[in-house]
Amino acid sequence: MPIKNDSLAGNLMQNNRIELLKNLMKTRIILTDGAMGTSLQKYKLSEEDFKDELFKNHTILLQGNNDVLNISKPKIVQEVHKSYFDAGSDIIGTNTFGATSIAQADYGLEDYAYQMNEEGAKIAVAAAREAEKTDGKPRFVAGAIGPTNRTASISPDVNDPGFRAVTFDDLKQSYGEQVRGLIAGGVDLLLIETIFDTLNAKAAAFAIEEICQELGLKMPVMISGTISDLSGRVLSGQTVEAFWNSLNHVHPFSFGLNCGLGATQMRPYVAQLSKIIDTPICVYPNAGLPNEFGEYDESPTATGELLGEFASEGLLNIVGGCCGTTPEHIKEIYKNIKGKQPRAIPNFEEEG
Amino acid sequence: MQRLLRLSGLEPFTLTPDMNFVNVGERTNVTGSARFRKLISSGDYDTALEVARDQVANGAQIIDINMDEGLLDSKAAMIKFLNLIASEPDIARVPIMIDSSKWEVIEAGLQCVQGKSIVNSISLKEGKEAFIHHAKLVHQYGAAVVVMAFDEKGQADTYERKIEICKNAYDILVKEIGFPPEDIIFDPNVFAVATGIEEHNNYGVDFIEATRWIRKNLPYCHVSGGVSNLSFSFRGNNAVREAMHSVFLYHAIKAGMDMGIVNAAQLVIYENIDPKLRELCEDVVLNRRADSTDRLLEVAADFKGDGAKAKKADDQEWRKFDVVKRIEHALVNGITKFIEADTEEARQNYDQSLHVIEGPLMSGMNVVGDLFGAGKMFLPQVVKSARVMKQSVAYLMPFMDAEKEASGEEASAFAGTIIMATVKGDVHDIGKNIVGVVLQCNNYQVIDIGVMVPSEDIVKAAIEHKADIVGLSGLITPSLDEMVTVASEFERNGLAIPLLIGGATTSKIHTAVKIDPKYPSGQVVHVDDASRAVGVVSNLLSVEGKSKYIKEIRNEYALVAQKHQNSELKKKRISLGEARANALKINWTNYNPPKPSFLGVKVFDEWDLADLAKTIDWTPFFQAWEMKGRFPALLEDEKQGEVARSLWADAQVMLKQIIDEKWFSPKATLGFWAANSVGDDIHLYSDDAKKQHINTFHGLRQQMAKREGRFNLSISDFVAPIEAGINDYVGAFVVTAGAEEEKIGNEFVKDNDDYKSIMVKALADRFAESFAERLHQKVRKNFWGYAADESIKDEDLLQEKYQGIRPAPGYPCQPDHTEKTAIFDLLDATKTIGVELTDSFAMWPGSSVSGLYFSHPESYYFGVAKIERDQVKDYANRKGKTVEEMERWLAPILNYIPK
Repeated sequence: MPIKNDSLAGNLMQNNRIELLKNLMKTRIILTDGAMGTSLQKYKLSEEDFKDELFKNHTILLQGNNDVLNISKPKIVQEVHKSYFDAGSDIIGTNTFGATSIAQADYGLEDYAYQMNEEGAKIAVAAAREAEKTDGKPRFVAGAIGPTNRTASISPDVNDPGFRAVTFDDLKQSYGEQVRGLIAGGVDLLLIETIFDTLNAKAAAFAIEEICQELGLKMPVMISGTISDLSGRVLSGQTVEAFWNSLNHVHPFSFGLNCGLGATQMRPYVAQLSKIIDTPICVYPNAGLPNEFGEYDESPTATGELLGEFASEGLLNIVGGCCGTTPEHIKEIYKNIKGKQPRAIPNFEEEG
Repeated sequence: MQRLLRLSGLEPFTLTPDMNFVNVGERTNVTGSARFRKLISSGDYDTALEVARDQVANGAQIIDINMDEGLLDSKAAMIKFLNLIASEPDIARVPIMIDSSKWEVIEAGLQCVQGKSIVNSISLKEGKEAFIHHAKLVHQYGAAVVVMAFDEKGQADTYERKIEICKNAYDILVKEIGFPPEDIIFDPNVFAVATGIEEHNNYGVDFIEATRWIRKNLPYCHVSGGVSNLSFSFRGNNAVREAMHSVFLYHAIKAGMDMGIVNAAQLVIYENIDPKLRELCEDVVLNRRADSTDRLLEVAADFKGDGAKAKKADDQEWRKFDVVKRIEHALVNGITKFIEADTEEARQNYDQSLHVIEGPLMSGMNVVGDLFGAGKMFLPQVVKSARVMKQSVAYLMPFMDAEKEASGEEASAFAGTIIMATVKGDVHDIGKNIVGVVLQCNNYQVIDIGVMVPSEDIVKAAIEHKADIVGLSGLITPSLDEMVTVASEFERNGLAIPLLIGGATTSKIHTAVKIDPKYPSGQVVHVDDASRAVGVVSNLLSVEGKSKYIKEIRNEYALVAQKHQNSELKKKRISLGEARANALKINWTNYNPPKPSFLGVKVFDEWDLADLAKTIDWTPFFQAWEMKGRFPALLEDEKQGEVARSLWADAQVMLKQIIDEKWFSPKATLGFWAANSVGDDIHLYSDDAKKQHINTFHGLRQQMAKREGRFNLSISDFVAPIEAGINDYVGAFVVTAGAEEEKIGNEFVKDNDDYKSIMVKALADRFAESFAERLHQKVRKNFWGYAADESIKDEDLLQEKYQGIRPAPGYPCQPDHTEKTAIFDLLDATKTIGVELTDSFAMWPGSSVSGLYFSHPESYYFGVAKIERDQVKDYANRKGKTVEEMERWLAPILNYIPK
């Protein structure tokens, strides 16, 4: 009996799924998702919605803590994932950007960090399997690992530049818990994203390596930094190339940029990376720069066309959207990258 | 990727083959530098940082940091110094070499650096297992590594031992654990030569030859060494030591040594060494003669103290600037070294110390702010600038206190109390902290209540601390809304304390449009960056200047808000569907539209000119003569009054002539029809039975985005819709002052009397307009009769205070001139009163007016303004014209560029 297409992808083991993804990447540009936050805003969730039954006696306000929704409103999170799969995403990121004990401490929910990750991963995996059933196209889940809200290489106290609000070990421990949760929930890859302090990212990568060794796993790691302003540097001060030099020991599955800038402003840095890295490039910019009201108002067509140009210039292997992007944006990006060749990964070693 | 050693600090550093040697700075090493050891031991980290900075300025491409001192907590010192360096962009731009013999110290160091650094060093000294363990961790931390030629048997001294250990280590690293070979730097041990012990004499050669072998046989790896060991026996004689180093490096680099720990400031150039000294050194280093050590010793004293001078690579040019420029330079570059001296010098130039702050320091900070805004400085540098500022202010403080005391003011009282908070839901506080520092520098008491602060806590703190000003910070978008909440809460609690708004997503527009209106009792001020904060605060707290400043801010914000609203409204167009959904919905159920006294058409062949003269609106008459201003005030106008009065007098003379001699023969036609609106159009019927649809007045609908409670109007909204099943009516008219105007005008032209020619035309226009007004009055009171008891005096007619409107095609309510065709067809106006439509739908004679009549009490004049493509398409379709043709006629009101 022939294996039915729709059950194929879902039944593969994680490492086989990664082989499948790698093969796909040879033939086309891979599409990730858009913003979770922008999509969630449309549900106009109240404080009560965020808390639900479980946290109803929690004294700290939880509204805006999107990660808690993996526990309190899993259906909504899954709906958002579905909307991106429907729009054409191959990979979606879990709703776990802030689900570290460090970031959750602000909400008094540090004890729920593991659960948020495990549930977040399960929800995303469920959405992926559902989507695969509809058309047989394989879908992948990346466990999203945000930067936390502390910086390991910048002092929050200008009077005491030697002070650090968080240490490498704190970060390693907190990220480790997140990574265990994500792996338990069944993610295919891990995504260290919106990196504004390279040292934080190094701690995350260190934790991943440690856990993978312990569990005897291989987990592909996507790395994505954030250029915070016109200086063309990550917030902690590194240039794009310095940033790559600091993290290429991870042998990332992909390397690139997200957030901070719109596609227009991000372009020169992507072009720069494309020249120096021998790893697939992943780019997911914001929907333009925020306007005076902090809203991202670049239209789906505009974002789509801009990223379409990136694709035409051979800069992309993986692409998607960050702040302000919606399933509409993803549809437009899909339209504009369709049929275009992925960036050829240079083999510098042979040249050298 | 090419297998090159790729390191990074804030900037990348790649060791490329054309780069023959990399300087690793050695001055930040407590074992090698007595001065640095003293600085660290005594806790003088500021000066210790200067040592690091000088090295980078002197050309060190990497800096080696070593804290291995018995009396020191090496680990704590390593962490502290590396963290401090991270805040100094001009040091942190280069990669770090973390140097210790204790793994614990190395690991602590690795946890502090974001860049790719080098571990110095690991070795097989404690056996293979420990070596592998350390190597794996080094890689996991993302660092390169120096491997010392050292194993369990000891440190390699001879050529054979050196290459044996290095080969062994290489195989373990590369072949067994997959360590990238380009990240391996071998240190084959530089030992002291010329010690008087014969076995030591060949150490230089052993090193150089081992280097050659390693670079040839162990692909991609590198060779480094601590050069100063070589000349250990000549301690105290820097000239000789430096010459020896130079000679050694000259040969070792040729053999493939591509990195070295050296004092970059003290390297003499090989060619510049005294030839005699050079030869003697070469004999020693290369072990060329048995007596080379003795020969060097003999002459060494001659060169003592006359060593190569330390190159002053650190650019001191700026010290020659005037003091204001120097302070700016120090602020921009974050240099604290001279700031106290410069501050003192500046203080001498001002009668009050405060003026140093308000003058050179603030203007320097403004430069910093501008550079930051332009992306030419980045955050860590700005924080450094704030530190320089703080030191300068700290220096000035005692002087300011003394000045205050002398002037009888209370000493060291704060200039004001400022509460700073990052609003609820937001954790970003770097900007807030910077503003806090800058304000503290300026003698304000800053009470920082932290991040994620709920509005009630901000209100509470403001009251409790009797704050003079409260600063709100936020970086993420939702913080903008939260700031609006805080402002509302301040208002609700009856506060009037000024609120400062700052942070990356905040903007003047948002502040003016969204926050300011919520806090009428107090003043909200947007502060675009930290450097501006002091100016804003001092203005807000200034006794004399405050009210003027607030007034300026208010005016500015009102203007900004207005502009924003205008531009938004002007720009934004909603879809035709949305516009229709927001049509004016008159309640027709309880309304019985008045029926005109006749249906059909009436013609007036003549009208009393004297009657029309009574209601002439004179303001447009003067406009025709390009005189601006309202009549009759214009006659008394200071500048134009005299001319206006003379024009007015001449007009009265001609007016009298026109009436007396009946120059014009005014004519009019009007008609009423049964009508209902059908969508945006008005369908006309011959009678109430509505069997015969005889013509259509088409409507254009406003498409601008409207505020809640405002409608998107079309003239059709004023007529009962067909679905309502109600009998409603519309009217239309054409009036003219008469065809004579042109003939009379031309006669004046013939007589070369242009003045009278223009005058007669201007008056004819006034008669036509007045006629239209008079006829409308008759329509209201008699012909339609819906306002039979209207008693408006003639002079008030012009104020249009009556019920109903008479909009004309081509004017704002219905900007489409082609709509006149329907009026002319219905009234047959060309035949009855001699008014014609030209090809471009202008009326001839020029002094004619046409329009529609609407009676509904809620009808009023409006402007359609710009419309979108969707409406033009729909409209053209309704009119049976092509889109292209309608786009031509509607060109002035298109909100898009037609294809």
